[in-house]
Amino acid sequence: MRTDVNKINEMTPHQELTEGLMMFAGGTSKGFKTGEWRTNTPVFLEEKCKQCLLCAPVCPDCSIPVKDSKRAEFDYDHCKGCGICAKVCPFGAIEMKEGR
Amino acid sequence: MNNLNLKEIMNKPERLAPGHRMCAGCGATIGVRAVLRALHEGDYAVIGNATGCLEVSTYMYPYTAWEDSYIHNAFENAGATLSGVETAYKALKKKGKIPEDVNYKFITFGGDGGTYDIGFQSLSGAMERNHDMVYVCYDNGAYMNTGIQRSSATPMYADTTTTPVGSQSNGKMQNRKDLAAIIAEHDVPYVAQTTLTTDFKDLHRKSEKAIYTEGACFLNMMAPCPRGWQYDTSEIMKICKLAVDTCYWPLFEVDHGKWILNYEPKKKLPIEDFLREQGRFKHLFKKGNEDLLVQFQQEVDRRWENLLYRCARED
Amino acid sequence: MPKKDRMSGNEAVAYAIKQINPDVMPAFPITPSTEIPQMVSSYIANGEVDTEFIPVESEHSSMSAAIGAQAAGARTLTATSSAGLALMWEELLLAASNRMPLALALVNRTLSGPININCDHTDSMGARDTGWIQIYAENNQEVYDNFIQAYPIAEHKDVHLPIMICQDGFITSHAVENIELMDDDVVKEFVGEYEPEEFLLNPGKPMAVGPYAISAYAMEARKNQEIALENSKDVIWQVAKEYEKISGRKYGFFEEYRTKDADYIMLIMGSAAGTAKQAVDELREQGKKVGVLKLRVFRPFPAKEIAAALSRCKAVAIMDRCESYNGNGGPLGSEVTAALFRNKVMIEAVNYIYGLAGRDFTVENVFDIFAQLDDAVTSGTEIEQYQYIGLRK
Repeated sequence: MRTDVNKINEMTPHQELTEGLMMFAGGTSKGFKTGEWRTNTPVFLEEKCKQCLLCAPVCPDCSIPVKDSKRAEFDYDHCKGCGICAKVCPFGAIEMKEGR
Repeated sequence: MNNLNLKEIMNKPERLAPGHRMCAGCGATIGVRAVLRALHEGDYAVIGNATGCLEVSTYMYPYTAWEDSYIHNAFENAGATLSGVETAYKALKKKGKIPEDVNYKFITFGGDGGTYDIGFQSLSGAMERNHDMVYVCYDNGAYMNTGIQRSSATPMYADTTTTPVGSQSNGKMQNRKDLAAIIAEHDVPYVAQTTLTTDFKDLHRKSEKAIYTEGACFLNMMAPCPRGWQYDTSEIMKICKLAVDTCYWPLFEVDHGKWILNYEPKKKLPIEDFLREQGRFKHLFKKGNEDLLVQFQQEVDRRWENLLYRCARED
Repeated sequence: MPKKDRMSGNEAVAYAIKQINPDVMPAFPITPSTEIPQMVSSYIANGEVDTEFIPVESEHSSMSAAIGAQAAGARTLTATSSAGLALMWEELLLAASNRMPLALALVNRTLSGPININCDHTDSMGARDTGWIQIYAENNQEVYDNFIQAYPIAEHKDVHLPIMICQDGFITSHAVENIELMDDDVVKEFVGEYEPEEFLLNPGKPMAVGPYAISAYAMEARKNQEIALENSKDVIWQVAKEYEKISGRKYGFFEEYRTKDADYIMLIMGSAAGTAKQAVDELREQGKKVGVLKLRVFRPFPAKEIAAALSRCKAVAIMDRCESYNGNGGPLGSEVTAALFRNKVMIEAVNYIYGLAGRDFTVENVFDIFAQLDDAVTSGTEIEQYQYIGLRK
């Protein structure tokens, strides 16, 4: 009875919605692209980055992926462009630019 | 306690997925991520949630941002709801319906509306019964989900939509309720007050301690709201630092009844430094309102002295 | 072997709970249901059940915790009355919309004000549209039997809805009667183990309960919930049939007592049906063709079946132990007359309000009512369609 989120949308007939609107799955919000909300965009300047990782925990949108203690490129599908990461970076490795 | 090294901790898989609808720059989600990072890998969790911004934004059908099992019931009953889940765990373990080696942890999140106010009775009951759970209040000092109305967590003089500043009003008339102290008086094993700091050590350590201390634990986590507090979204970490350095939001814990101060600023900054950053206090800086700032400072000082006394008398 | 015993209605429910051995019971005391959590607590204290009791600080929290426990995968119940049920109101809706098959032992008591501890159906009738199944009992035997049937109905895969097993405060809850109890193993086998397919504490299979749903989903969810309640009709029948096999006692949506050739029928719920039956027996001896339709299942409402059962009589007295404050009658008055109209059964249908807040309901009251119906039908006397019985005037 696990739920496939891709089979549920605003056109789905009632018989095919999940019981009690429960979701029998975790983390399905990844399919919703909040990056479209963005009006300002952070740009990652990798050459300036010292991988201190101070930027990763301050992201409200989990949009700075970390692997093997190194951050990667922004997840622009979900980044809302709040600019917190750019403010906390001690090395100027994140710049905010206007627009998406 | 385990490793508090940020570079190590950040390698853990995220337990809050992106794609939730919290506002850009929201403090609550930063805090939630940090709390969840304190869960040990391999441990399962059930997350409870009072109605509020976090709930309507993280589980909007069919999109759940939670990688763990999650239950939202209503606004005023997150404490009771999770106490039911935790008791079910005990019952099912006893009956052998959950494997011996499976370990579940129970964490519930509520805003200050769902925690200080409408859910206070439910929280108090769950704490008094000492369920093995953690209740985390993400305190942004007003009912933000319904549009920035005052709560009992709102600081004095804040401009909110039910305490608007006007020709006859300087904002909220009352001081905020000290919820961490009230829960500590329930004689639960662990209570802490925390917020977002650059290295996240305070929040991580307290979350881990709360999650892995048996019994009912409570975290009061200040989580600024850019819309309600009226500041630029990028400034959140600066605001949190000023809250701590002005002693507006002291970092402390009450461990099995023992009050411990976790941070004392080398130089206690004047409260103006914290207030000036936020639009909700801009009327305090108008000519003629100097006495209001003095009163605000006096209240911060009174509470700070009280906290120092509580922490010192334990020595 | 079934054994005979003497028990109050509260004891009967507690005994059924002991035999079922549910996982979790959050509860808060309120007269007249207080004994139920007390007795379960004693069973726990003496190691007679494995149930975990949560001594919550209010009924609001008992229903909240019950929803949490049930979602987590535990077979859960609570008990309450009156203001306790009223305080749960928001959570009653959530238990149903979140499709939690938990059970509630309701001991009917009136609601304030004025504050009063005695029986009427104001509490459960106030919760009639919360999405719960509601089953009522005439006596202690029925309370016991209904409670044992509760989980097989609620947990059925086509239902997954909460169920309220109602009995009349003090009248059955505290009165001791003879009762036949089944063996523990027979009850255990009948009720079975609770094995939900999905639950919060299912390692590696996370789930999420209680979403915000935009309009595009919320209306569809409500229809699905309504379908589940309709489905419960068949399930209630099936479970009653199975139950008859182990108990020898027959149950349905209602009991028809001497109605076959009756010109006048009294439709009534709960303990007062006993009074009505006694009056009917006396009237039958005088040659009067009268009968009683004792409604057992109020939710889902068996409208078609009621209309069919009343189709051959000349007049029905619809008895409400509850005032609706709609200016037009009680809840049964509204629903039964709607059922008759929709099924084109055009008989005289008079709605009586009786027994509020513990007011006695007597055999003489029943005589009066049948006399009124007879007068209206045979002499054409105009009859007040909505009236109080047993009221000082």
